Amino acid sequence: MKPPRQPVFVAPPIYRSRRLRDAARFVPVLGAVLMLLPMLWAPEPDGARSTARDGIYVFAIWAGLIVATRLLSTRLDEDTPGSGPDED
Amino acid sequence: MPFNLLVLACLAYVAFLFTVAFVADRRAEAGTLPWLSSPLVYTLSLSVYCTAWTFYGAVGYAARSGLEFVTIYLGPTLVFIGWWVVLRKLVRIAKTQRVTSIADLISSRYGKSSLLGVVVTLICVTAATPYIALQLQSVALSFSVFASDTPDGWHLPDRDTTALWVAGGLALFTILFGTRNLDANEQHHGVVTAIAVEAVVKLVALVAVGVFVVWIVADGPADIVTRIDASRLAGWELVPGRWAGLIFLSAAAILTLPRMFQVLVVENADERHLSTASWAFPLYLAAMSLFVVPIAVVGLEVLPDGSNPDLFVLTLPLALDQGGLAMLAFLGGFSSATSMVIVAAIALATMVSNHVVMPLILAFGERKGTEPGDLRRVVLLARRLSIAGVMALGYGYYTLTGGSGALAATGLIAFVGVAQILPAMLGALFWRGATRTGAMLGLGTGFGLWLYTLYLPSFGQGAVIAAHVFEGGLFGLGWLRPEALFGISGMDPLLHALFWSLAVNTLLFVGGSLLTFPSPMERLQGARFVQAFDQSGPAPGWSRGQAEPEDLLVMAQRILGEDVALAFFQANARAQGKDGYLPDITPAFMNDLERRLSGSIGAAAAHAMIAQIAGGASVSVEDLMAVANETAQIMEYSARLEAQQDELTRTARQLREANDKLTQLSVQKDAFLSQISHELRTPMTSIRAFSEIMMDEDVPPELCARYAGIIHDEAIRLTRLLDDLLDLSVLESGTVQLTLRTASLRDMLDRALQAAGSTRPERDFALHRDGQAEQVTVSSDIDRLTQVFINIISNARKYCDAEAPALRIVVRRKGDQVQVDFIDNGSGIPKPSQALIFEKFARLTDSAKAGGAGLGLAICREIMQNLGGSIAYLPGQGGAAFRVVFPATLVLPIGGPA
Repeated sequence: MKPPRQPVFVAPPIYRSRRLRDAARFVPVLGAVLMLLPMLWAPEPDGARSTARDGIYVFAIWAGLIVATRLLSTRLDEDTPGSGPDED
Repeated sequence: MPFNLLVLACLAYVAFLFTVAFVADRRAEAGTLPWLSSPLVYTLSLSVYCTAWTFYGAVGYAARSGLEFVTIYLGPTLVFIGWWVVLRKLVRIAKTQRVTSIADLISSRYGKSSLLGVVVTLICVTAATPYIALQLQSVALSFSVFASDTPDGWHLPDRDTTALWVAGGLALFTILFGTRNLDANEQHHGVVTAIAVEAVVKLVALVAVGVFVVWIVADGPADIVTRIDASRLAGWELVPGRWAGLIFLSAAAILTLPRMFQVLVVENADERHLSTASWAFPLYLAAMSLFVVPIAVVGLEVLPDGSNPDLFVLTLPLALDQGGLAMLAFLGGFSSATSMVIVAAIALATMVSNHVVMPLILAFGERKGTEPGDLRRVVLLARRLSIAGVMALGYGYYTLTGGSGALAATGLIAFVGVAQILPAMLGALFWRGATRTGAMLGLGTGFGLWLYTLYLPSFGQGAVIAAHVFEGGLFGLGWLRPEALFGISGMDPLLHALFWSLAVNTLLFVGGSLLTFPSPMERLQGARFVQAFDQSGPAPGWSRGQAEPEDLLVMAQRILGEDVALAFFQANARAQGKDGYLPDITPAFMNDLERRLSGSIGAAAAHAMIAQIAGGASVSVEDLMAVANETAQIMEYSARLEAQQDELTRTARQLREANDKLTQLSVQKDAFLSQISHELRTPMTSIRAFSEIMMDEDVPPELCARYAGIIHDEAIRLTRLLDDLLDLSVLESGTVQLTLRTASLRDMLDRALQAAGSTRPERDFALHRDGQAEQVTVSSDIDRLTQVFINIISNARKYCDAEAPALRIVVRRKGDQVQVDFIDNGSGIPKPSQALIFEKFARLTDSAKAGGAGLGLAICREIMQNLGGSIAYLPGQGGAAFRVVFPATLVLPIGGPA
């Protein structure tokens, strides 16, 4: 008897919850990229970067990441109990 | 600001913390601490990441290097936002494997190796010393600010004394609340609650100073931005290497710092708290970082040049006559330093006692004095001594390095140290191919490189590493210079150390793992760790050893205490359905016991202790099979289902056959009953009819006589029928009484012929007999046997339809079986009827002519069966032929005929 195979087509709720988990894995990567972005900006011609501008950028991204995580975590909390296999 | 008031405030604050911790502990023991299970307390306890380095040092860092300070908080933010990937698995594994510290995690994963536990403990203790020193330095500094009029007051010796007092006080507090008892889960509810309170104080203090600066000193955020642009901090330099490297480093640190592991993983009560902490903790970090730059900028403006920027948070309010705010800031700084030291000391003490002291005790055999609980006391003592020792080391580092470095720089040294554990930890969680040898190599070289390139140089050139080594390299080899390995000079020393130590660490870890073969225990643990989410539960790890339950009980009492151990054993015994205190030694029980003990003395030591008693913990085949894929289990289950199904089908078929047979028998019985009633009624009818006629008055005497004759005949017929029926039933039921006699076969045949001669006497049968062959002595139930012969011969006389009827009797002797054939020369019995004739009431011809009920041959068959023989129709003899076979000597079985 062959071992049971993962079904190719799953019900929409299971699909949604898997994509939710993918989102949870993706957000930190996105965050890392955004935080490392300042490395790519060329500084002003006089060689200095604006503390104020960079500071606002960093804290704005930070706030955005926090909000995104809040939304994801709430959804994941509702979703997690008994919703099928963990990994795809 | 009177100094005495300050000291009083400090003591009052500490007393307040004592009370909080005490009450929380009591409530936790009673089980009535609802907010301990709140994710808020968990998140606040995580704030122990923000120490005096954050509270004071961040402003100093910002004043010196601009926005770079934020990298220390971005790393942990990213780790927490990505909680689904790493943190969740870490917490799950720690819960299922009952991990009590980071050294426990590494040691347990790589085959429960004691050596790895020691190495990781060593790394953690060494890396903690600069960190603790930094806290002592900041507290001493903050005291000194208040102690004099100028911002940098006291000269060093007094500062050292303050630091000593602080170290001593903290050690006392930690010992009092961290080592009161041995919790099975290594959780310290009182301490966690106190830490949460301190987190609030920290946040409130820093935010208060920030709000003061932004809205009271300046005119709101817009004004702050203007001030930033106008200040020295307008432009800052982003060094890409440092920016990325420090983000990476802080991310590594949040995972590997012992105190973070303690609050994040060990003290975690509910996995779901992680999802709240995933956004709430970054929010806390952002709030703590938000006002750092404004404070730095305003401080640079207001305070005289040359003031220590590390203390702006304190000196700025003081300079602006905000005494109350300064006091609050002082308490905030004090909180941040003390919370770090307490949690770190507890975590380190747990590791030292579980991985260094316990194995030593085991190695030296059993101690003298076996009162219950003495091992517990040893463990607690070891922990207290470890706490004191760790504080002493921290203080030592502080004095050796002069306590004058920038706070942030010192902290980063510690970060690189604990980051060495990262490759082994990630390998433990995600890579089944990671082996103990690889981890040992990686940790060892990483630690060594860190010591050489960062830790030892931090004492200053010439203190530990001679000055000439810095110039010319180790042993004069240029490429072994501590700050320029392999000739790559000009690199920032921190990045240089970070790069080399982690690169070599990872290379050797991966290479070592790929090239070595793990032991069975490593592979088992590897599967359990990496597949933590797939498994429904841990498989038993002990094969049935030769342990005596009493030995285990004695050992457990020494570790858990008499009452707790007895209760545990009793609960297990009851679960097994036994009375008393000693359960059976099953693998499940041993596993449970190991888990319970590891809560107190660590997994490696618990494993070793049980192994000592149980005589080896081999990884049995069952263990490995139990860890196998779920698919295999499913396959096994479905095979079992198939087998059950087959069995059920078979049973159903058998039931159906039995039912059919029963139905058939029932039909036969009904037919028999109807036949009997028919047979009985026929003669009865004649008898009744004729007797009625005879009751009439005018019946002539000769008719009367005739009728009486008929009645008589019918009565005889009825009687004979009833006799036959009775006979048959007795024979069939096997309750017939056989009388054994001996006679000659010839005599029997003579008698039979004579008796049967009354049947159809008018027919004259020619007889052919073999006198010689008939000289057989038969010892059996002679009368019954003769009855059979009579029946057969009568039938022949009745049914043989030949012109000149003849009967041949052939006797043969085969061993002890006698075979008698009766062959006539009639037309025989047609094939379809050959089996039928032996059935009850079977008559082949018209019943009136036959004159019998059709029971004769049925009776013969039963008799022969009872006599151990048989009767059968013999086809192909030219006429009707019957063969009777019987043993010459009948042996009756004891208890009656068969």
